Amino acid sequence: MSAVMLGMPGAPPTSPRGVGHLRGEESFPAAARHSLADTQLRANLGHATRTIRGKRAAVVAELPDWEELREAGRQLKVHTMAHLPAYLVQLEEAVTARGGVVHWARDAAEANAIVVDLVRGTGSDEVVKVKSMATQEIALNEALEAAGIAAFETDLAELIVQLGHDKPSHILVPAIHRNRAEIREIFLREMGDVDPALSDDPAALANAARLHLRRKFLSARVAVSGANFAVAETGTLSVVESEGNGRMCLTLPQTLITVMGIEKVVPRYRDLEVFLQLLPRSSTGERMNPYTSLWTGVTPGDGPQEFHLVLLDNGRSAVLSDAEGRDALNCIRCSACLNVCPVYERAGGHAYGSVYPGPIGAILSPQLTGVEDNASLPYASSLCGACYDVCPVKINIPDILVHLRAEHTEAQAAGRRVPTAEAAAMQAAAVVMRSPRRWRLALRGGRLGRLLGRRRGVIGEVPLPVLKQWTDARDLTRPPTSTFRDWWAREHGDGQPSDEGERP
Amino acid sequence: MRIGLFVTCLADGLYPDVGRATVRVLERLGHTVEFPEAQSCCGQMHVNTGYQKQAVPLVERYADVFAGYDAVVAPSGSCVGSVRHQHAMLARRFGTPALQAQVDAVAAKTYELSELLVDVLGVTDVGAYFPHTVTYHPTCHSLRLLRVGDKPTRLLRAVEGLELVELTDADQCCGFGGTFALKNADTSTAMLADKMRHVLDTGAEVCSAGDSSCLMHIGGGLSRIRAGARTLHLAQILASTREEAA
Repeated sequence: MSAVMLGMPGAPPTSPRGVGHLRGEESFPAAARHSLADTQLRANLGHATRTIRGKRAAVVAELPDWEELREAGRQLKVHTMAHLPAYLVQLEEAVTARGGVVHWARDAAEANAIVVDLVRGTGSDEVVKVKSMATQEIALNEALEAAGIAAFETDLAELIVQLGHDKPSHILVPAIHRNRAEIREIFLREMGDVDPALSDDPAALANAARLHLRRKFLSARVAVSGANFAVAETGTLSVVESEGNGRMCLTLPQTLITVMGIEKVVPRYRDLEVFLQLLPRSSTGERMNPYTSLWTGVTPGDGPQEFHLVLLDNGRSAVLSDAEGRDALNCIRCSACLNVCPVYERAGGHAYGSVYPGPIGAILSPQLTGVEDNASLPYASSLCGACYDVCPVKINIPDILVHLRAEHTEAQAAGRRVPTAEAAAMQAAAVVMRSPRRWRLALRGGRLGRLLGRRRGVIGEVPLPVLKQWTDARDLTRPPTSTFRDWWAREHGDGQPSDEGERP
Repeated sequence: MRIGLFVTCLADGLYPDVGRATVRVLERLGHTVEFPEAQSCCGQMHVNTGYQKQAVPLVERYADVFAGYDAVVAPSGSCVGSVRHQHAMLARRFGTPALQAQVDAVAAKTYELSELLVDVLGVTDVGAYFPHTVTYHPTCHSLRLLRVGDKPTRLLRAVEGLELVELTDADQCCGFGGTFALKNADTSTAMLADKMRHVLDTGAEVCSAGDSSCLMHIGGGLSRIRAGARTLHLAQILASTREEAA
């Protein structure tokens, strides 16, 4: 039974360090500095996100009950998370009853070890893979490779990323940072058996990938997938995709191993009705995705004859234990929030360090790892709210970002004897702002800012910390000679600013 | 109707003309505006930077200072967004049930300027004169937290002499985001560059918005590149007349 601690007292563990792809090497601002300078990347991302945004907006606008669907999706997720342990046990029983084997993995290391053992048990030294975020999260390919097992990504974009020795930069479109000229280069260099006359025509590129992959599909004996949904009542797993390559992997090999985050469970088969409408319209901007695969355990004589389901925690119980942040688990990985995010569009997915980029990544990764390991991510947002507007399950991403910022500053304060410069400044500002007298004096003092420079009524570059961050690219307004309250006292009052309402 | 002006800390200290313009528009329409001097800041900067507890006294002060008014108006979508959405959260987390009730009551009658004019006072033509081409940046919090919709542009279209030019990607953030502009200065600047390009593409003389903070950002960028376009708050355009031009 369950090795996963769910709903238990005490803090459940976060995802361990040293395994998986949830932590970046650099902070967000440092990584973004590189990507912002890459004009090709900016052009690729700008074009791709704009296109998907437009398609999504069009197919969402044609549904009169879109808001009701979003609310239904949200409520189903909130309900499921509130009863997650029970639904997971129900799922285990249903999968087992239909001939599948369920494994519980506390974290990335355990999940990788389980999959490696299962593949070894089949005697195979290669697997074909269906596009999966969970296996990217735990760095399963690297673990398989270390065990002498070759993993072949079969999703076209994941294949491009894998052949390019690259990292995915988008949840739905992992190679969004590549254009077709770059993809042609990668295919020519890495596929080995490709026609040197290959053009960068999308159809020609897709055909090259088709020929390359077809051989893998026909020879592979083991497939590894993730899951979009798992139905507790029936034990049915589901993967939705566009290309049909996933369908090949899910049907041809003898053994299928599915690695699934525990939050992917839904209570009933009929709940898929809601999510299968929300997901394609939000992610690819399609009314319906081309391939929806559903399988339940093992069917003799049809499809894989061995089915293993690995239920992955890897910090999810820790997220679930935080009432303010747990809605991050409701995500159905549509990536609509990435496509509308002005920060993602410019900085790109790699700047987030984790396999989960964009607004959802900025709230999910720090919670899975503990905020101290992804401390810059909650700040990688201008809180513009575009993500919340498009989220198909109405995750209030801006509020969770603000919550995680507080968690971060409070953890910092608890761990230090001397406050950070920022904490001291914020404390000082609060002390001044809560007293009308001190606030009035501070505003007066602000007029001294005129000494900083007076070119054209503005302040130009100022080589001081913090101010420099602003004045590198923008002029600063020169404080006026009179504050508003001074003017008010002259025009409407007795000329004397009042200290009415003063508090100690 | 007793209208209290929440001028916001930024307008008080850096953009007093915005506060004066807000008063002028409302007085011209025949309303009396009061400015309770005990006010300071909504606390948004603290909350959004991760210092929630430090914002609690500011929330208490706001609820206290504006309790007696029929309506409170602020020339800032962002600060009104903070009052309506963050004050309740802070009162729930750190305050007493009495504070929660007080916060809810004051938040329910706090309006951004275009909301007060159009929804509460029922005016779209405020009698302004501004013979210039203007483009309007709707600002994230006015759009997505307050849902002010087309209220600001309805007010602008009614201004005599004003030609309103549509802004491409108007709903995209300008990149300010409070301390985001400092902590992620490079990304913020990239967002600003795109916003400025769209503003300049309109050929408008003036970029307007309902928030001094966004205008500080966009205006600071336009000024740095000597763009030849200026920024003006919605209140300043609405206050403008033949006799006293903005």
